[in-house]
Amino acid sequence: MSFELFVFYLFAAIMLFAAFRVITVRNPVHAALFLVLAFASSSALWLLLEAEFLAITLILVYVGAVLVLFLFVVMMLDINLTPLREGFIRYLPVAVLIAIVMVAQMVMVLGPQRFGLDQMPAPPRQPATYSNTEELGLLLYTEYLYPFEIAALILLVAIIAAIALTMRKRPETKYQNPGEQVTVKKQERLRIVKMDSE
Amino acid sequence: MINSFQELSILLPEIFLLGMACLILVLDLFLSQRLRAVTFWLTQLSLLVTLFLSLKLLPDATAFAFGESFIHDPMSVLLKAAIYIIIAAVFFYSRAYLHERNMHKGEYYVLGLFAVLGMMIMVSAYSLLVLYLGLELLSLSLYAMVAFNRDSAQASEAAMKYFVLGALASGMLLYGISMIYGVTGELGIPAVSAAVAETGRDNIVLVFGLCFVMVGLAFKLGAVPFHMWVPDVYQGAPTAVTLFIGTAPKIAGFAMMMRVLVDSLGALQADWQAMLVVLVILSLAIGNIIAIAQTNLKRMLAYSTIAHVGFILMGILTGSATGYSAAMFYSIVYALMTLGGFGMIILLSRNGFEADRLDDFKGLNERSPWFAFMMLIFMFSMAGVPPLVGFHAKLAVLSAVVETGMVWLAVVAVLFSVIGAFYYLRIIKLMYFDPAEQREQINKSFDFKLVLSANGLAVLGFGLYPGLLMAWCIAALV
Repeated sequence: MSFELFVFYLFAAIMLFAAFRVITVRNPVHAALFLVLAFASSSALWLLLEAEFLAITLILVYVGAVLVLFLFVVMMLDINLTPLREGFIRYLPVAVLIAIVMVAQMVMVLGPQRFGLDQMPAPPRQPATYSNTEELGLLLYTEYLYPFEIAALILLVAIIAAIALTMRKRPETKYQNPGEQVTVKKQERLRIVKMDSE
Repeated sequence: MINSFQELSILLPEIFLLGMACLILVLDLFLSQRLRAVTFWLTQLSLLVTLFLSLKLLPDATAFAFGESFIHDPMSVLLKAAIYIIIAAVFFYSRAYLHERNMHKGEYYVLGLFAVLGMMIMVSAYSLLVLYLGLELLSLSLYAMVAFNRDSAQASEAAMKYFVLGALASGMLLYGISMIYGVTGELGIPAVSAAVAETGRDNIVLVFGLCFVMVGLAFKLGAVPFHMWVPDVYQGAPTAVTLFIGTAPKIAGFAMMMRVLVDSLGALQADWQAMLVVLVILSLAIGNIIAIAQTNLKRMLAYSTIAHVGFILMGILTGSATGYSAAMFYSIVYALMTLGGFGMIILLSRNGFEADRLDDFKGLNERSPWFAFMMLIFMFSMAGVPPLVGFHAKLAVLSAVVETGMVWLAVVAVLFSVIGAFYYLRIIKLMYFDPAEQREQINKSFDFKLVLSANGLAVLGFGLYPGLLMAWCIAALV
């Protein structure tokens, strides 16, 4: 076994374990942390595929931004997950049966006889000076410009939806109005009272 | 790649609508509640101009942009025009509904316009990636619209169900597309089609991908057995949003089916035909039989949608040009009829009262003979009674099915339609032969009544002269 293959199996095993723990662990914070582990190990797999830019983006965007936000949400919302787990044991036999059948079918269809290395040979190695970031950028802004623009639109809709669904005026909230605060005059706040000395 | 400005110009309707949506989004922030009508009329104006741009300004010939990932062909023009008109009417109905409930906000129109844009992208998509992104743009806007009324627990539940199941369906679709990409190495529809024709049916991975794509598509259209979300979402969402979801997106769904199944996976026709037969029979059976047990009109119309989707899919499964044009005719007609059905619910609703129970239609003839007649037209048309347009739609699909030699399927469809006619006729019985429970005057604005009447007369008119729309549908598929 070459070193590369060893690294692949190591990270693949870690990723599978972490992904499995995400759905089985009881504490939602731990689940989110296992998801971080799963993302980190899959980015290692992408590095093995020489997709350096995507691997780093995965860490930056998913681990750095999305999951941190996720953790905040999980910690802030105190969700009781026990009712969600009711019936788990009852449905388990059926679920396991269906899962086994599906996995068996998928292995038969997508197994090594169709997606093996003899069918899909590994691409040739690129020299160290090869920049896949540049290649990605070239494709993204030429051939895939239209999908890229639509993706931007989808993000815009997501922003509008999030704001429309969460922002509302609450009459009970007390605001400070900085504009009025800075224009306040001495006369409005300060009353000078003349008093005789005693 | 953009070769010239000329190429970009065929995207003019999309670019214009996007610009208007952004403009309305910003402008609406500066309008007071009293001036919300400006947002409404601007929205209608942008739909009108987009319609004009699509119909008049673009060349008649088929044209491509962005390296063949965008197509402008007769089918896309006809379907887009239908979408604009249907959505314009949807906005008319929604305005009255939202206004009465103090939910009249600009975001509804902005999200609606983005949903229209998503549908336009889907209809004109000539790459699987673009098709998927258009679908996501549409779905994301719809999820937000369902959750629009935050104070309603029912609407939040519906939005949650719609979102979770919709995301699952998108995942299925994407997985299927990735399998097709894995085999063919292509995303553009003509390239995929050529590669599929070359590898042929023997490649089981392609069929495997097709299965997942089919599940995703059936989910989005609401065909049985992937229909679970439809009744809950239809009932839970505000009627104005149900109206939106139930009408034009089905036309876009038809386009999606055509682009994926016929245009890209045409070589696998024998495979998808068999899958569609199962979906069609189940949809017709469940849609028509379970609708009988409903007492809520929105829920009943949801099941009726499922049955109609069965008919649309039946047109596609014939695999013939007649079948495709019949299915296209059916999807447009379906949108028109459903529009009227939900429009009637909004007509009878007022603030704090949803006229969504069947009993609310009791004795409508005494209250308003004209609108009882309109409802009669919509219900008869959905049931497929001649001379209304729903009859011609069903007839066109059935004759295409018989032409392909699947007489048994046509017989099954007719049998279930007869069962389905019961619940449409029940509403007519309630309206004409039962004493009224509600006595309130119908207090809707003149333009609302005008649009609803025009909608009913369109169903009647297209029924008396079906040749016109049918000729467009046939011409669109040449």
